[in-house]
Amino acid sequence: MKAPISWLRDFVDIDEDIKRFCNLMTVTGTKVEGYNQAGAEISGVVTGKILTLRAHPNSDHLLIADVDVGDKVLQIVTGAPNVKIGQIIPIATDNSTLPKGVTIKKGKLRGELSEGMMCSIQELNLTKHDYPDACDDGIWVLKEDTPLGMDIKKYAGLDDCVVEFEITPNRQDCFSIKGIAREASAALDKPFKDKPIMLQEKGKGKADDYIKVGITATDLCSRYCAGIITDVIIEPSPDWMRSRLRNAGVRPVNNIVDITNYVLLECGQPMHAFDLEFIEGNTINVRRAADNEKIITLDEKERILDRSVVVISDAKKAVALGGIMGAMNSEITDNTKTVLFESAMFDSANIRISAKKLGMRSESSALFEKGLDANNALHAINRACELVELLNAGKVVKGVVDVHKHLPVPVRIKLDAKRINQLLGTDIPVADMKSVLVKLGMRIDKDDIIVPTFRPDITGCADIAEEVARFYGYNNIVPSLTLGKSVTQGYRTHNQNVRKVIHDTLIACGLNETMTYSFISPKNLDKLGISEDSPMRDYLTIKNPLGEDFSVMRTTMISSMLKVLAYNTNRSVKQGRFFEVSKTYHPAEILADEREVITVGLYGDCDFYDLKGIAENISESLGIKDVEYVADRENPVFHTGRCANILLDNLVIGTLGQIDYSVSKEFDAPEDSYILTMDVSPLYERATFTNTYMPIPRYPSSLRDLSIVVDRDVQSADIVKTVKKAVKGILENVTLFDIYTGGQIEEGSKSLSYSFTFRAKDRTLEDQEVNKAMDKIMNTLSREFDAKVR
Amino acid sequence: MLQLDVMLKNAEREILSATDMKKIEELKVQYLGKKGELTQVLRGMSALAPEDRPAAGKAANDAREKLNQLFSDAEKIISDKAVKERLYEERLDVTVPGRKQDIGHTHPLTQVIRKIENIFIGLGYQIAEGPEVESVHYNFDQLNAPDNHPSRDEQDTFYFDAEKLLRTQTSPVQARVMENNAPPIRIICPGRVYRADEVDATHSPIFHQIEALVVDKDITMGNLVATLKLFAKEMFGEETEVRLRPHYFPFTEPSAEVDVSCWVCKGKGCPVCKYEGFIEILGAGMVHPNVLRNCGIDPDIYSGFAFGLGVERTAMAVFGINDLRLFYENDARFLSQF
Ligand SMILES: [Zn+2]
Repeated sequence: MKAPISWLRDFVDIDEDIKRFCNLMTVTGTKVEGYNQAGAEISGVVTGKILTLRAHPNSDHLLIADVDVGDKVLQIVTGAPNVKIGQIIPIATDNSTLPKGVTIKKGKLRGELSEGMMCSIQELNLTKHDYPDACDDGIWVLKEDTPLGMDIKKYAGLDDCVVEFEITPNRQDCFSIKGIAREASAALDKPFKDKPIMLQEKGKGKADDYIKVGITATDLCSRYCAGIITDVIIEPSPDWMRSRLRNAGVRPVNNIVDITNYVLLECGQPMHAFDLEFIEGNTINVRRAADNEKIITLDEKERILDRSVVVISDAKKAVALGGIMGAMNSEITDNTKTVLFESAMFDSANIRISAKKLGMRSESSALFEKGLDANNALHAINRACELVELLNAGKVVKGVVDVHKHLPVPVRIKLDAKRINQLLGTDIPVADMKSVLVKLGMRIDKDDIIVPTFRPDITGCADIAEEVARFYGYNNIVPSLTLGKSVTQGYRTHNQNVRKVIHDTLIACGLNETMTYSFISPKNLDKLGISEDSPMRDYLTIKNPLGEDFSVMRTTMISSMLKVLAYNTNRSVKQGRFFEVSKTYHPAEILADEREVITVGLYGDCDFYDLKGIAENISESLGIKDVEYVADRENPVFHTGRCANILLDNLVIGTLGQIDYSVSKEFDAPEDSYILTMDVSPLYERATFTNTYMPIPRYPSSLRDLSIVVDRDVQSADIVKTVKKAVKGILENVTLFDIYTGGQIEEGSKSLSYSFTFRAKDRTLEDQEVNKAMDKIMNTLSREFDAKVR
Repeated sequence: MLQLDVMLKNAEREILSATDMKKIEELKVQYLGKKGELTQVLRGMSALAPEDRPAAGKAANDAREKLNQLFSDAEKIISDKAVKERLYEERLDVTVPGRKQDIGHTHPLTQVIRKIENIFIGLGYQIAEGPEVESVHYNFDQLNAPDNHPSRDEQDTFYFDAEKLLRTQTSPVQARVMENNAPPIRIICPGRVYRADEVDATHSPIFHQIEALVVDKDITMGNLVATLKLFAKEMFGEETEVRLRPHYFPFTEPSAEVDVSCWVCKGKGCPVCKYEGFIEILGAGMVHPNVLRNCGIDPDIYSGFAFGLGVERTAMAVFGINDLRLFYENDARFLSQF
């Protein structure tokens, strides 16, 4: 909301420095976005009267003028063709500045002294539209009665400072000069000047002689006020009004239209003006449009309506879209003789929906959407009539046709000073509270506050507390860290700790944490080769997505991670090490089943076992020791020979492996893309952070190595399990340290090398004992796996 | 006797000129070995008269000691020199970078969330979580959002159907906690939220918020101010100043926007704070009585405060990041900077 200071001054005395004023408004809740002094670049330009004009001795197109600028007479050389003796014109004096960084200094032109420059409107960066009496090409000739030596900024209304305020949506009353002035009055602690409206009403007859008003769509329009102006003379409105409108961001048009806009800005009530000549049957009816009813609005576009839209119609046709825009068929023209002013109240939700549906938002609809005060409509129309008389734009007819149902009534709230101070933690005297509330337009009746209807946001004690606190100063409230009367303990829950340990473990593994979008394109599931009947195809679809790429909630993290790998490899990052602990989303009876998933992605200088090591690090960090890995050759996303399911208590809790080559190609990810996904929730239950010290062994261990050759499909995990079962007690550990295929090894076989650690708790083991165990191991392996010693 | 002196002189000359251990060992054999020169001299002593023998014996022992001393001195010099040479040979270019371990990096948004979590855990708060796929009831109705509030529009909010949506704020978690727990309540709610904004340098359809909520008897706005000041100092530095401006949020009344003094220029004005000296970082206020009532808490007995901040905005300000998209592109060269 742009508010010229000069306009605010109609309602409150503002003599503070502009910076101080802005700061006071901001800290009391009417935030200043910025301010702008229209003529800030112009200085030293004054009005002057041409006393004499004579030819320049050294030029046939230059003239020399003596110009009276009030306190002195300047000699000025000019080449302008339109200057005449007696004209009053703008003079840029010595050392003056003009827009676009121009500085004027005195000097000689063809040998004759020139103590300044006569200005055109272009040189002052103004337009003919703003100043219609200026001439197109030549010096700007000012009004005959202009005083001499006057600052041109004052003459042109450029001395006004325009402040832009951010208005919060609960304060629709502040989308007006009066609303902001009321805030200023409380912020500056000065009275609010609300002048009563004085009307002469010289028009013939009464308003209801000219027009009959009815409201059919009572649910969409709660009030309709109509006023009549006769003997209208359409002309430009005066400079002061044009300048205020322009400064507030509205284009001046003509006196009648300008008055409606002026009232909208000043009072926050949208208005419309019809040419009564085109209102057929002297009737206004507010009704719903018919389906497919057509109207050409003031922006010269044809609109096709339906029953949800409210229109203003005469006896035969729609003449306006209620609250949004008038129609061409009844607009004010240069020939308008009789005007009908409309000031009405429309349903805010309906206006919002209609404006959106029709794709047209006007100043008027923007205001109605916010929900206005129906009581303001009558005041606004009277103010418009007052302006008509002030501008001599026509004769106001007595009375206003005012059709309405019940109007809002002021709310009464008890002023509970004790409770307000309790809530704020302050000690504000009740008299101070009352003083602020009165400045804001409230009335005090003993212990009650009567809240005016333009403040529907105030409904209870907390709202009053805010009004009091705003002007007491939020920053004057004394801080106190004693919260209530009870003590609470802050901690992370078990699950939150599990997540933190997982995160910290993955960081320690050298992985970078990523954040990916929770929604994906369903096409990603095709790219992953997920079968049509997979549960991953059962996803939540967003009704209004930003696009196909963001249209469904992900049911797998793999495509998100593959995209990260692709993004980095395509930017020549040689090695990728990433993880994310995030959610997948699955349909559920209530809301959704949101599952937390750990995802790891690797590429570049890594293999399956690097990835598996990370999985093992996760489970170990949570104290979970019995995780199993079982080969999975059926998963369409992964390499058939390099994929394992992760099992905990015989339940698949995750999958890891190299991504299938055709899948990585689909995602433009590297061939050596390795991905691990693991559900978090099964880990919560099993994770334990209790840890008991195991004594360091007192007796030495015996080490034995053994290399065997077995069929390639024999699983090492099975060998280890079998060995552990075969030799109990003294076998402390079995470690695989080499796998080898090819070379001297028969095709279809592989060589596995294990290191066995034997130890007894109570003695040093004899060689014999260890040899016996090794024999047993070898016998068992050759029996169970057809293993041969290498 | 003359023989011994001659031998010692020769020996001394030869030992001192020896440059390696091998030569020393040879000389040891030559002089002290079984067939060495000293032995030869001693053997010759058997021919001496008995009264001369003690003196000769002493001279011989002195000579042996002298030889031993010469050898050990020479050995030390040679080995010291060898060590020195080895050290010299093994010299490195110490300006070559070290061999670093790959340490992973926590996402900057997680870093901000963690830091805030830790501050509030220290103040007796717990971390509350809730669903991202939420109901209209919790996301809007319970939070006092007016029926035709534009934030409810499909233009702003992602819907699955008329009842189900992606939460636009973490506040529904507060409503859920208030419904299920009696005061005292002190929680913070970090999490992912969603708004239908096209992606650009300052907007993302997915972002993160952290909100705090305290409900108890006698909670005042003074408590809110104190908590905000403490938080700002912990988060942005000891000298940080806090400034509250009245604002509007449906959820709170009174409501405030909170600016903190710029941690780069300390309030003097710089590009980070756009020369304002302060940066707007939080929304805050006293919990609206309607919200308390909706969640089954009697506003005549209890009061509370709440505040919230955008994690992305904060991280951008703290780390000097100028484009929000970087958080979700996951470029390793970005992630590894934090
Ligand atoms: Zn700064």
